[in-house]
Amino acid sequence: MSDAPHPGQPGLLNVYVAGIGALGPGFNHWDEARAQLTGEAPARPEKTRVPAPESLPPAERRRAGLAVKAALGVGLQALKAAGVPAGDLATVFTSSGGDGVNCHEICAALASSDRLISPTRFHNSVHNAPSGYWSISSGSMATSSVLCAYDGSFAAGLLEAMAQVATGQRPVLLIAYDTEYPQPLHGVRPIPDTFGIALLLAPQAGPHSLGQLTLQAAQAFTNEPAQTLADPLLERVRAEIPAARCLPLLRALALGRPQTVVIDYLAGLQLAVQAAPC
Amino acid sequence: MNLPALPSALHLSHFTATSCLGHGLAATLDALRTGRSGLAACDFDGIDMATWTGTVRDVDHQQLPPALIEYDCRNNRLAQLGLEQDGFAQAVRNAAGRFGAGRIGVFLGTSTSGIYETELAYRERDPATGALPAGLVYHGSHNPYSLAAFVRAYLGLQGPAASVSSACSSSGKVFASAWRMIDAGLIDAAVVGGVDSLCLTTLYGFGSLDVLSDAPCRPFDAARGGISIGEGAAFALLERTPDHLPADAIVLRGVGESSDAHHMSSPHPQGLGAKMAMQQALAMGRVEPAAVSYINLHGTATVSNDAAEGKAVVAVFGARGVACSSTKGATGHTLGAAGGIEAVISALALRHGMAWGGVNTAQVDPDIAVDYLLHNRTLPIDLVLSNSFGFGGTNCSLLLGRAG
Repeated sequence: MSDAPHPGQPGLLNVYVAGIGALGPGFNHWDEARAQLTGEAPARPEKTRVPAPESLPPAERRRAGLAVKAALGVGLQALKAAGVPAGDLATVFTSSGGDGVNCHEICAALASSDRLISPTRFHNSVHNAPSGYWSISSGSMATSSVLCAYDGSFAAGLLEAMAQVATGQRPVLLIAYDTEYPQPLHGVRPIPDTFGIALLLAPQAGPHSLGQLTLQAAQAFTNEPAQTLADPLLERVRAEIPAARCLPLLRALALGRPQTVVIDYLAGLQLAVQAAPC
Repeated sequence: MNLPALPSALHLSHFTATSCLGHGLAATLDALRTGRSGLAACDFDGIDMATWTGTVRDVDHQQLPPALIEYDCRNNRLAQLGLEQDGFAQAVRNAAGRFGAGRIGVFLGTSTSGIYETELAYRERDPATGALPAGLVYHGSHNPYSLAAFVRAYLGLQGPAASVSSACSSSGKVFASAWRMIDAGLIDAAVVGGVDSLCLTTLYGFGSLDVLSDAPCRPFDAARGGISIGEGAAFALLERTPDHLPADAIVLRGVGESSDAHHMSSPHPQGLGAKMAMQQALAMGRVEPAAVSYINLHGTATVSNDAAEGKAVVAVFGARGVACSSTKGATGHTLGAAGGIEAVISALALRHGMAWGGVNTAQVDPDIAVDYLLHNRTLPIDLVLSNSFGFGGTNCSLLLGRAG
């Protein structure tokens, strides 16, 4: 199928999940999300709590919006779980649209008579603001890719990250996030709450590996519908927040049973990922 | 240095660019050959700002196909205008016939996509409820993915797709994403490039940072005073390199990507991230700096960018070690489209053996020790670097070459 020169079986992208960070409605970290996904604990109908990341200097912490806080928070969780420093880790950030509140404030100001916006609002408006803050706060000078594929942004980020691990044979931190959209943007983009997920993906298994993910290049894309979740609260999160389209895949990792999970990607094209224990 | 192990080269089998210099390659080449700038005093949306912009002609005359009307916005009109130049859209459809529509990816850079539609909609909010007007289609305009979704649908492609939105490095970094996907066997070819269009967010945003020049921008000039914002659309079809290519075929030999880890809106003062990106691109192409004949600089004409980029170039190539220029004096800074536009301008340098002089610049900053071209220079060119850097400290450098 492929003439790819990377190590391992041609046409096969295989990564090990070295650490997970999670933040969403009713869970503050991966342990809570894991327990809810496996049914060990009930899902909780609570608003997402987004703490300011300790890694940011105080001035930046004040300026950071929800997107930056959520993205950095889950990224740090994943590194802590894996027991590795940010060092010179490559990153992939993906979001269906960036910081909703910041976007609203800019559009409202631009529709006002003086049209003036603040420099902080402007630099927080770029889709790569969380990537920039991550690099500044972690000191990593490695590459960072920043993607968007609307409701399929998690799958797009996973593809990018797995291709980076496969071709570069080095770990990559994948961070997917979305923030709530205030009115009136909410009327055209009804994202109700903030959600973040981080997966530290490595080319080899390590002492903290939580499972492995595999894409077969020839069968990665499918017309089959994305899997849903049986729990109504978690299913609502999955359906309403694009970054949470990862949850069926996370559930498979949490259960530790080998299975192929179909997750939302593009219109008419889903991504089929094999999840397995190490 | 931890380098990705990617194959030797990818072929840019088709490419095109549309900017304020004109529609397509012939108009772009003519402007570059004659040293013409497309910048004009800003008249966008009644803006009362003393700044210059690079506006593409006839964008709003474009009509999207009725089946794709959900994607109608200035940015996608510009995308369509660009796709129809130089037979690019037809070439992609032909390639889809060879590879299969599902085997061609779409990876496109944009910084603001169709946000202008939302900016306009905010002026039309319902006075009673604050609701946006019913005509606004968020997913087809404002959302960053709107660009890649529209192009994928317009070209009839069914493979993987994403928009890359890392500010002004976006449409450089798409070349790397596509390369990895091809290398991993997920696709056989990819449409890459970028589209960005004028909007209030960037005009007032860069205004708030006090980096808009009140004259046509003058990259690397001692008296440079900031950027001129432009808009543009550039596309390339990337394929695996076949066994035999004509000598003047354009190939991508390397990509370097780094982060500054320094500041959200200022570059690393020593250009450390820029230096890393250029070195990685050279290392991936397995070439020494001396093999590079011309650098198309990021060269935004802000005081800090040009000083930092100059230091990075000197660190890699030595003082006045390589001919270089920024073509943003001609095109303006097309932001998320700049990497794509300048990759095409670099391809034209390779094809025509011409290193482009930077227009508008009169007196090169004596504190920057680079061989900055004020006029076109004819020389044999086998390899060109094209730099694209952006907000958040994101850096990308493309190494492009002739096949023979």
